[in-house]
Amino acid sequence: MLDFSFFTGEVFRGYILQGLYFSLALTAVSTLGGTVFGTVLALMRLSGKGFLAWPATVYVNGMRSIPLLMVLLWFFLLVPFIIGRPIGAELTAVITFIAFEAAYFSEIVRAGIQSIARGQIFAGQALGMSYGQNMRLVILPQAFRNMTPVFLTQTIILFQDTSLVYIITAHDLLHGFTVAGNNLSHPRESFILAAVFYFVICFSLSWAVKKLQAKIAIIR
Amino acid sequence: MALDWQVFCQDTIDKTVVKGCFGTGGATGTQTYLDWLLQAWGQTIIVAGLSLIVALVVGAIIGTIRTLPDNPWLARIGNWWVELFRNIPLLVQIFLWYHVVPVLIPAFAKTPKLALVVFGLGLFTSARVAEQLRAGIQALPRGQRYAGMALGFTTLQYYRYVLLPMAFRIIIPPLTSEAMNIFKNSSVAFAVSITELTFFAQQAGEETARGIEIYMAVTVLYVISAFAINRIMAFIEKRSRVPGLVASTGGGGH
Repeated sequence: MLDFSFFTGEVFRGYILQGLYFSLALTAVSTLGGTVFGTVLALMRLSGKGFLAWPATVYVNGMRSIPLLMVLLWFFLLVPFIIGRPIGAELTAVITFIAFEAAYFSEIVRAGIQSIARGQIFAGQALGMSYGQNMRLVILPQAFRNMTPVFLTQTIILFQDTSLVYIITAHDLLHGFTVAGNNLSHPRESFILAAVFYFVICFSLSWAVKKLQAKIAIIR
Repeated sequence: MALDWQVFCQDTIDKTVVKGCFGTGGATGTQTYLDWLLQAWGQTIIVAGLSLIVALVVGAIIGTIRTLPDNPWLARIGNWWVELFRNIPLLVQIFLWYHVVPVLIPAFAKTPKLALVVFGLGLFTSARVAEQLRAGIQALPRGQRYAGMALGFTTLQYYRYVLLPMAFRIIIPPLTSEAMNIFKNSSVAFAVSITELTFFAQQAGEETARGIEIYMAVTVLYVISAFAINRIMAFIEKRSRVPGLVASTGGGGH
């Protein structure tokens, strides 16, 4: 009933590879961008200054209470409207993911910073460090290390979420599989193969994270 | 740009503004975008609610069997279940349920499409619920288990009367985020043409060329829903607090 013989190396190179590349690139870029903006948001929320903390809180909670799919549609509608010309599904996906993931990463960074003992901050201040120096040299390096496992887990979820850009017809891994399935008239087998692909990638990544977590736990 | 909220009072077919904003309904009656929006919200609630039930029931079973003593095979099956459903993107799983399962398994051939999506979303979330319940059971002091055994309870009994009631109560906070997630994740049903909120947003936004107003309304409904779930779960959390734990003391003091 199922016939996977259509899936050859040629089909893989022709349909899947480009999508796989885009999914991985989107994951990498939005992890990086999300971390940078997420750290800024987390620092704003922890600054204790209302005019900084408030907008960041509203942004983070707002992003977290609407579905990613809805955010994708928003950006797909708004970005061309604001800059006056369409920018394509791929670029929309990148902007959306950075904006969306920043909210999630900011919560991870915030938890990471809050996990640092207060004495560390006082120690930095006692050494005469400025706020910036203290954050950069004492707090953030420790915070990033503490949050590494959660951070990597979120990256795996982010990789899974990139499949959603299929909806705005960006050419990602899932899109590659569905196009291959439709063109070669094996859509069902193609969906199964897509599931296997994602599973293998995510399973090995989460296995690696588990190993790393065990390692970090011993060092500490 | 001026916002035009009248779009919600428009009839969905001839685009004339209906007085009172609600159509007459029924088979021959009229339907406004406001009617459609509320219907779509209903669909979202149905999909999310049914999926949550599936997720809780299946997640409770899987989470429990992963902690059973002297039964490595059941625990292994539970672990496989969690790995399988956690490592495939939700959208791919929905596609599998919608396009592949009805063809491969004849028993599902006549299942309504909505039910297939509910299975997809429910089982996806069940893996996460199972993971939390396992953590919850393992977080309980060993003494609880031994106390149950010492009372002469069978394994089934001490799970039923001692471990599960405790575990479920301490995992309510993560379950709250899961319940909110399931509501947001139900938006993926849009990909297989379930007429829920996101589907409405996209469709009505295109039909009326008033995307911003439509998306705003839908976004507000999502936010309201998330907040409502949060409040309901906070209420349950408050009522089911375990006396004597840190969480049960509330805001400081004795």
